[in-house]
Amino acid sequence: MTGRVPEGLRELLAQAAGEGHAPWRTLLKAGDWALLLMAALLVAASYPLLWRGGVADRAIVKRDGQLVTELALNTPRKYEVVGAIGTTVIEVQPGRARVLSDPGPRQYCVQQGWLTRANAVAICAPNHVTLQLSGRSGQNGAYDTLNY
Amino acid sequence: MTPSTIELPVTADDYRIARYAAAAIALTVAETALPSPLPGIKPGLANIIVLVVLARYGWRDAAWVSLLRVVAGSLVIGQFLAPGFFLALAGALCSLAVLALAQYLPPRFFGPVSASVLAAFAHIGGQIVLARLWLVPHDGVFYLLPLFATAALVFGAINGLVAARLLDLPAVAPAEAAA
Repeated sequence: MTGRVPEGLRELLAQAAGEGHAPWRTLLKAGDWALLLMAALLVAASYPLLWRGGVADRAIVKRDGQLVTELALNTPRKYEVVGAIGTTVIEVQPGRARVLSDPGPRQYCVQQGWLTRANAVAICAPNHVTLQLSGRSGQNGAYDTLNY
Repeated sequence: MTPSTIELPVTADDYRIARYAAAAIALTVAETALPSPLPGIKPGLANIIVLVVLARYGWRDAAWVSLLRVVAGSLVIGQFLAPGFFLALAGALCSLAVLALAQYLPPRFFGPVSASVLAAFAHIGGQIVLARLWLVPHDGVFYLLPLFATAALVFGAINGLVAARLLDLPAVAPAEAAA
């Protein structure tokens, strides 16, 4: 029994390498090809479909939890918000937004850089200002918040 | 020691199923040694055995082999009743359900590769639904779906090809009869 196993294995490996066999493609029938093609198309289509939901299209700026403004993420512009200790500057570019400058001592929200995903948020706590991105699906986006 | 008074009759079916299940479990264990880029993405080599059993002995035997593989395989790798076990079980049940239908595909046009790819998608589907309902109660898991689907397509096709090649081998039958 034990002696036979490696022998059979060697044989199997030789056969797996294609010895004395028709090529692999003969193992596929017409329906298999069709199904593989369809599956490949579906898989390819699933990439943009599932990842589109995460694309942000609006920037929501709040002060003390109150909505200050909503900026569409399609034209570049800058927006100034007067907060508790100074002025926070929000910069918007197509598809992304960031806190350009903030009077806060630690600059966390500035260092966060560009926000690109829906529901990503930059919080400038000392100045009581938040910048949040919102996706196509509005409040029912993919995430409640995103932090890094 | 008193000899057991209970006699469990063992049929040829049982031996055959046990033999195939053992092969499937061996592949499951071997597979855990492979590094995976993402938890949940595995080649699923044991499914080759399930496909071969399905083609040779029908769905009932395939279901036995598949479920024995999930239970015993998880025992061997120490995952029994861990989340991974339930994910594997959900995947196996879903793919068995799909295979139950796929076996009626006209054999003139569809081979093991079709069955394998369909079962692989069902496997991923069952796992991700269970993961969404139980482990990660958040739609975020669906963001991984394209990756899982790609893996299912690739590994499903490869496993199907291997199963087709094994079914194509005339030499296996006598060796198996002797075993």
